[in-house]
Order: sequence, then C-alpha cells, then structure tokens
Amino acid sequence: MIYRETGQFKTNYKADNSIFPILQDRIAIIFYLFVAFIVIPAFGSDFFINSMMIPFLIFALAAIGLNILTGFTGQISLGTGAFMGVGAYSCYKLVTIFPDTNVIFLIVISGFFSAAIGMVFGLPSLRIKGFYLVVTTLAAQFFLEWCFIRIEWLYNYNTSGAIEVPRREVFNVIVTGPEAAAVTQYLVVLSIVVAMTWIASNLIHGRIGRSWMMIRDMDIAAELMGVRPLYAKLSAFAVSSFYAGVAGAMMVFMWLGAAEVESFDVNHSFLILFMVIIGGLGSIKGSFLGAAFIWMLPVVLRAFPKALGLDVPVATVEHVNFMIIGGLIIFFLIIEPNGLARIWALLKQKLRVWPFPY
Amino acid sequence: MDLLYDIFADPFVQMAGMPDFFVQVLWEGFVTGTLYALIALGFVLIFKASGVFNFAQGIMVVFAALTLVGLYQAGVPALLALVLSLGVMGTLAVSVERLVLRHLVNQPDIILFMATIGLSYFLIGFGEFIFGGETKSMITSELGLPTGSSVVDFAGGIVIFQHIDIAAVVIAGILVTSLALFFSKSRIGRALRAVADDHQAALSVGISLNQIWVIVWFAAGIVALATGIMWGARSDVSFALQIVALKALPVLILGGFTSVPGAIVGGLIIGFGEKIFEVYWGGLLGGGVEGWFAYVIALIFLLFRPQGLFGEKIIERI
Amino acid sequence: MFKKVTTGAVALAIVSTLQIAPVSAQETLYVPLLTYRTGPFAGGGIPIANGSADYYAMLNERDGGIGGLKIVTEECETSYNSQKGVECYEATKGNGALVYNPYSTGITLQLIPKAPVDEIPVLSMGYGLSAVAVGEKFPWTFNYPASYWDQMSSIISFIDTQDGGIKGKKVGFIYLDVGYGKEPIPLLESLSESMGFEVVKFPVAGKEMQTQSSHWLNVRKENPDWMIMWGWGAMNPTAIKEAAKIKYPMDHFIGNWWSGADVDLKPAGEAGKGYRSANMAASGTHFQALQDVIKYVVEPGNSQADPDTVGSVLYNRGLYNSVVVAEAIRTAQEIAGHANITGAEMRAGLEALDLTAERLAELGLADFTAPIKATCENHGSGGSIFMQQWDGSKWVRTSDLIAPMTDLVRAELEAAADQYVSDKPNWKTQSCN
Repeated sequence: MIYRETGQFKTNYKADNSIFPILQDRIAIIFYLFVAFIVIPAFGSDFFINSMMIPFLIFALAAIGLNILTGFTGQISLGTGAFMGVGAYSCYKLVTIFPDTNVIFLIVISGFFSAAIGMVFGLPSLRIKGFYLVVTTLAAQFFLEWCFIRIEWLYNYNTSGAIEVPRREVFNVIVTGPEAAAVTQYLVVLSIVVAMTWIASNLIHGRIGRSWMMIRDMDIAAELMGVRPLYAKLSAFAVSSFYAGVAGAMMVFMWLGAAEVESFDVNHSFLILFMVIIGGLGSIKGSFLGAAFIWMLPVVLRAFPKALGLDVPVATVEHVNFMIIGGLIIFFLIIEPNGLARIWALLKQKLRVWPFPY
Repeated sequence: MDLLYDIFADPFVQMAGMPDFFVQVLWEGFVTGTLYALIALGFVLIFKASGVFNFAQGIMVVFAALTLVGLYQAGVPALLALVLSLGVMGTLAVSVERLVLRHLVNQPDIILFMATIGLSYFLIGFGEFIFGGETKSMITSELGLPTGSSVVDFAGGIVIFQHIDIAAVVIAGILVTSLALFFSKSRIGRALRAVADDHQAALSVGISLNQIWVIVWFAAGIVALATGIMWGARSDVSFALQIVALKALPVLILGGFTSVPGAIVGGLIIGFGEKIFEVYWGGLLGGGVEGWFAYVIALIFLLFRPQGLFGEKIIERI
Repeated sequence: MFKKVTTGAVALAIVSTLQIAPVSAQETLYVPLLTYRTGPFAGGGIPIANGSADYYAMLNERDGGIGGLKIVTEECETSYNSQKGVECYEATKGNGALVYNPYSTGITLQLIPKAPVDEIPVLSMGYGLSAVAVGEKFPWTFNYPASYWDQMSSIISFIDTQDGGIKGKKVGFIYLDVGYGKEPIPLLESLSESMGFEVVKFPVAGKEMQTQSSHWLNVRKENPDWMIMWGWGAMNPTAIKEAAKIKYPMDHFIGNWWSGADVDLKPAGEAGKGYRSANMAASGTHFQALQDVIKYVVEPGNSQADPDTVGSVLYNRGLYNSVVVAEAIRTAQEIAGHANITGAEMRAGLEALDLTAERLAELGLADFTAPIKATCENHGSGGSIFMQQWDGSKWVRTSDLIAPMTDLVRAELEAAADQYVSDKPNWKTQSCN
C-alpha cells in the first residue's frame, strides 16, 4: 500500500469532469511540471537539453498529433513527416515575410497551413480504410516531399535547397538562430508543448473527441447515431496535422536550425508511428512515453559502451543498437500490445495494492 | 495554348516521331513492371495468409541478396551459396514464426504491422553486423545469368534488349505463375485462404496456423531472394536497396492486397504508366515525378474502387 | 500528463552527465570524426572513415602526435543523417573539439551557422556550401582544396578542350536531388549562357537511386553530347550500369569526385570502361605516408580497414582530409606559440594553411595532390582537380591539374555569399585588410 486513493469524493459535476480527479495525480503533475520547468533548466547540461529534451518534446507533440488521428479516430497515417514539413516550410516563409512578428506566434500559426493540407489529403479517408489509407497517406508524403524540392519559392530560391533559421528575438531574448541559448529554446518548446497537450486533452474529453472515438470504434454505427463522418474525420485530420505542423516548425526553428527535405522524409513518419504504438494508441500519456522510449533509448545505448569503458567500434554499437531497438519493439508488442501507457497503468495498480497481489 | 499543346499533343507527336524509342520505353516499363509485381507478390503472399502487412519485405530483399553475395565472397561456390541462402531464408521464416507471430495470434492488424517494422530494424542491424555496410556487387555471371545485350533494328532506329532484363522477366514470370498456381490449386493454398479469412475459424477446422505461416514466410523469402538478385544486378547490393520495396506499395493498392493476379496487373500498369509519364510528361513538371506518380494513379483508382482492382469487396456489418 | 517521462528523464540526466564527462583532459588534441559506417551511404562512408582515422593513428604511433601532443579521435556515427549529425556535434563539441569534418553537405549546412557561435571551425573538403570559400563572409568555414563550383568549372573547361570545344553542345547533368546535387546548378546555368552550351537536367530523387531506368530513357531521348554526374552512394553504380545499357559513350560521361570511387565502378566492371571522374588526391599505396600507415597501423591490426581497400580512392580522400587537418594543427601551434590549441586558434591555423609541394614531399606525399594555400579572403583555395578514367578494373589518372575558372567562379561565389548573409543581420563577418 504505497498510496491510496480512497476517500476522495466528488460532490459536484465540475469535480466529476476534471481531468485529474485524484489528488495524487494532481500532485504528480505539479511535480512533473516543477521538474520540467525548474529542475531541468537549472541542472541539465547543454547536450542533455539540446539533444534529448528538446527533440523528445517535439516528437512527443507530433506523436500526440498522430495519436489523435490513429489512436482516437482510427485512421492510420504515414504522412506525419510531410505534414511536419508543411509546418516547417510555412513557418520559414512566414518568418521571412514578416520578420518583425513574434516568432513563437508564427510557429503556432504555421500549424494552420499544415492543417489545411492535412484536410485535403484526409479526403480519401471518407472512402478508404485501413492499409489502403496508409498508402494514400504515403502518396501525400511523397508528393509533398517532391514539392519541398521542386517549388523553389518555399525555400526562397536558396541554392542549397535548405531552409536556414534566421535569428529572431522575442522581448529582447534570442529565441531562434544559432546564438539562442539551449535553455531558452527548451522553455519555449516546453511551454508550447504543455499548452497544446492541455488543449488536446480537453478536445479529446469533449464532444469532438467522443465523436472521433465513435468513428474509430465503428464508423457505420457512429454515422447511424448522428456523427457526421465528414466532419469527424476531417477535423481529426486537421487537428492532427496542426499538431504535426507545429512540431515540424519547432523541429527546425528550435532544434535543428537548418533543414533539408531529408528531415521530413518517410522515416520520420515511421518514427512518429512507432512512438504512438509503443507508447499506447489512444493515450496522450503514451505519446510522451513512446517519444521518450524511441528517441532517448538510442542516445543512451550509444553512450553506454563508453560509460562502461569498453572500446567497441561505433559502427558495431550502431548495429547492436538497431538490433536492440527492433527486438524491444517486438518484445513490447508481445508482452503488452496496448503500449507503455498500459504498462504504466498496471504499475500504478500494483503500487496501489502492494504488498498484496490484488 | 503552348501549355495545352505540351500536355495534349507534343508527347504523342514524340511517340509517333520516334517509334523505336517508344518501344524501348514500353520495354523498360514492362521489365520494371514485372519486377514491381515480383516485390508486390512478396507482400501479397504474407498479407493473404496472415493479414500482416509485412513491412520487413524490403529489408528481406537486402538480407537475402547480402547472404548470397556474402557466402560467395566467403568462398562458397555460387550455386551452393544460392541453395544456402534459401536455407537462411527458411530459417528466418521459422524464427519469425516461433519468436514473433506465434505470440501475436489474433492481435489487431496494426500490432502485427508494427511487429514487422521491429523485425526490419532488427534485420538491418543484424545484416550490417554480419556482412558489414560495404557495397557489394551481385554475382550475376557466376550464377549463370546472362549479361550483355541484343540490339534490334526497328523502324529506322534501334531497340536495346538487355539479356539480364529478359532473364528477369522470364524468372519473375515463372515464379509468379508457379506461386499463383500453388496457392490457388493446392491443398495448402486453400488452407492459406482459410487462414486469411479468420485465424480462429481456421484453427478450429484443424489447419495448423504455424505451419502455414512458416510456408508463406518462406515463400516470401524466396521471392525476396529473386528480387534481390534482379535489382542487385541492375545496381549493386547495399542497404539502399530496401527503398525499392516501397515502390511496391502503389502496386498493392492498385491490385488489391489479397490478389496475386492483382499484383501482376498492378505492377504492369504502374511500370508502364510511370515510365511513359516520366519520359513524355515529366519534363513539364521539372522531372523526378516518378516518386509519387505511381501513388497518384493508385489514389485515383482507389476513389472509384476502394478495394483495388482485384481486391475482395469489403462488406461491413454492424 | 507527463508522468514517468520526466522522472525517467531526470535519471537519464544524471546518467548522461556522467557519460558526457570530457574524455580528453587538456593535454591532447581532440578531433571528433563524424562518420557513417551504417545506412544507405555506408559504402562510401566506411573507406573515408578508415582513411581519416588511420592517418591520425599513424601520426600518434610514428611521431607521438603533433607538437608533442597526442591526437585523440572520437568517432560518432551519423548514418549520413542531418539530425544524427547535429546530435553528434552537440555530444562532442564540449570536449574541446578542434575542427569538424561532417562529410555530408546536409550536416555541413546545419553546422555553418553554429561554428561562429561555438568557435569551432568546420572544414568541408570538397563538399558543403560552395560560397563558404569567401573568407570575409564565412570566417569559420573552409572548403579547400576546391568547392563544387570550382569543380564544375574545371569539368566544363575539360570538356571545352575535347572534341572541338563545348560551344553549341548539349550537356546533360544528372544529380542526386538533394542539397548536394543541386549545389552546382547556378554556376552550370550561368556558364551555359556565357559559353554557349545547352544544359539538360536529370534529377534523381533519393528513393529513385536504384531505379534510374526512366532517367536514362530521358537521356537517350535528349541525347546530350556530354553527361556530368553529381551522385553518391548507390546512385553511382546504377547510373553507370544504366548508361552502359543505353550505350551512352562512356568517355563522354564525367562524374564529380564523389562519383568516382572504386566501389562505384566495380559492379559495372568492363561495362564502365572509359568513364571519367574528377578527383583531388591520387589513389594507390606507393606514397611514403601510406607505407607508414600500413606499417604502423594496418599491419599491427589497429585499423578497421580491410587491407585491400587501403589506397583506394575514398580511403585516400579520408587520409588527405586528415593530412590537411594535421598540417593546420601544426600551423595553428606555430601561430599560437603553444601546442595545446583551442578551436579559435585552430581557425587561424586553417586560414594560414600553406601546404606547399615541398611540404607534401616532406610528408611523404609528393605528387599526391596539388598544393593548398588558404588566405583570409579565400577559404576555398581553388585547385587540384584532375581527371581519372576507369580502365575496366582500376582508376588511371589521365590529366594534369585542371584549373577552375577562378575569376568567373569567384564573382559567383561572392554573390552567393552575399545572398546567404543578407537575411542574417547579426552574421559575423571578418575584414581582411
């Protein structure tokens, strides 16, 4: 009996509707936010913030986006990488066209462009399902990749075909560009991610979220009960692409600093899908867990032999890395197909009743 | 007006003006189409039998080709290396069934799909670990495959036929036909269709799921080896080859995931379509349209027939 | 909704700060090596990585390092992927890194803006952004012995000497459709206007590297007099085989120096006979320095390289890169007056580098490559390109050094550098007077 949740009664509807109805959860979330906002900026090394936390948060946001589409609405998509690209390129255009506007605002705005493109490519979902839909989203992926190369206006006719992030300041603090401090960028990313997670959580618990889940569980039945598939599916595509777009814009502006089309290729679509499935379909918590697992594990594994003082060639480490990640994906799917979020819930359950089995 | 001319008239003028070249384009389309069909077949076999969309097919192509070349470089005679590679693919089929699929019976499709992605990660690491990342050349002539080319005079020009392409078409044809016959006429083929319909029902009428899975994965391994040899002979054997397998996806949606004839027809449509489009219309869009053109054809088809050309009609009940 | 992640992350933070503790204390020369021994481009990455690492190892064994300090190298695997490259950069820059050689145009583009901030120079030898050759605008970035634009102009002037000149001819340009392949296009187009030839472009997307049959059908349709290739990895052998397939005259097909390795031509073999490519460093093991590498590193078994690949085109290119870095370190030590230099002092060394023919001979590399002389204005040197030709089984050098059209290229480079800097108000430039 590590902790108990009994004795917490809800006496009004407001309490009943809250996202964290249990005291311990509220304490936990405050603790996590404290760690994320205070402890990590204060004590994390530059490498830890730049190469682990920032990409982790960005991918977690993209994973939430894909989870809305795949986990909550049941539409599998392999176009996430390209939708991230739409966000990044539109943000780049916006930033260069309006150099004096707040760049954080522009990053969020660029999500709308991505949402619009996402809706267009979401249209086939009204007729097509399952793996057929996967392949149509791949069409979106490849077509958009081609656009990122061929439409030179998107990267301001830059000869190298890459987009480079200019230096921008918000309230006299450098936020983007190479001079920006890792901690500043981390805090910006963290704030956007926390805010958007909060919005996503509210969307999912609201009317629109319930209509998504009805579509996922049985679309014909949902239609009979008055959910309009056109609105439900397209809104899922729009919200999902919006999240992917913001994540893509942040990926370039807050993390990479410059990007070519390679940064938005199909491998990223797969990477995000891994995160969603390993983390747990239909769980926002799972998106974070999945992103942490898929992004941080290789970084840690790579540093592992060196920390042990072993002299293993880096190529071998990389090969073994691939084998371990592949093996672990299969292993997790076998022991818990519902992902890390489910394992987390089971752990909590165990803690609740410890030392008794149930 | 010029644009309309470029789109609607000029390509046909070119086709008529250089008939020898047009025949060459058609031949290239036919060869690539057959090879696409071959890759797509690997997917279809596994999808039919287990409802698994096997993402690892691409890496299996690389792995099979690497094993063949690796064994040859280790001093094994070419033909023996071929047999041994088949053995390796068989072992792979058994291990995949034992270690992965057996534990995932009756899971949702997406979970099985993810498991194959995990498998492909594992195989990438394993393949590079064993054989190294160096580029290798395919042992074309050592395997007795013809090299060289024949030049045929045609309509005032020439058409070039590569012997290796002819061999590829013949081998792909034989492989596709025999697999199609095997799976539609034999007892195992019928069992396979039963498994595809419903895992539990198939088990309850006494079909050994495990055995069927080993068989289809082995068949997919053979197809992968054949694909690896053919594509390897066209360029080289490296891990970049796995990308080729992605080209099979539009073929699959066009033909339907569950249909062997669909894979063949779909492969040919895509093969002809993308070559003709790239050569005669691609220039208008700045070239390099091949990457997505196949997907767009497939998408247009899907809007009219959501289950593909030959796919089974999806009937939904509440 | 963060849950375990952040708690896990804190644990990781502790673990990783332990791991990322500086490997090198003060008394070494720390050179991180961004390599790619895995992934689709590993075929090219492996020999380069081996050549680079082996030369430093040889210097440590034979001379005890440079200026009495050992060189500590650390490989970091990028898989030719920009994101992993940046991760490697972040992971190694804190250890006192002297210089970065990203070996990928994509990673170079990411590092160019970071270099002045972290004060670590970037040396992209024969790749990356051509415009960085303009030293006033890019104090922290170097791309000698030659940029892509130098190289393209050398190839064009080579073509101009053949078959009665290039005027009125049609030149096909087949390239990998990423930043790397697109880099020389602006120069090619401006040359085509000034020299009066026609350019036809054939972009090959990364996914299409091994399915080039339609590209070469287009080549047959257009029937250009010359073909120039900017390819890498599996694109090269495929292109050469496809060219042979349509019976394109091989001696009119010229690759840049990333399209002319032994691994590119081996698969084609006899069929590739006559194919030419540019190169910047000789192949073979007949140089004293390479003999030393074999004696001190390869034979004792301290090299990851397969002994057969020592002396191959890409191995020697990696080695050449290390030679240049080692010489720059030596120069930097002389300027700074002490052996234990920093990144900023290294930059001065790279800028003052004067690798003369005599110095090359002293190093046991006579005739290995052309001399390099960097100045404050010129970070690209601009030279040392020659042609080699495949004879069916090996590369043979067939030309003297072909000078780039320096005047013309320099003007274009300056324009491009101005454009790069124009939208970056706080860009650090330097004045060279």
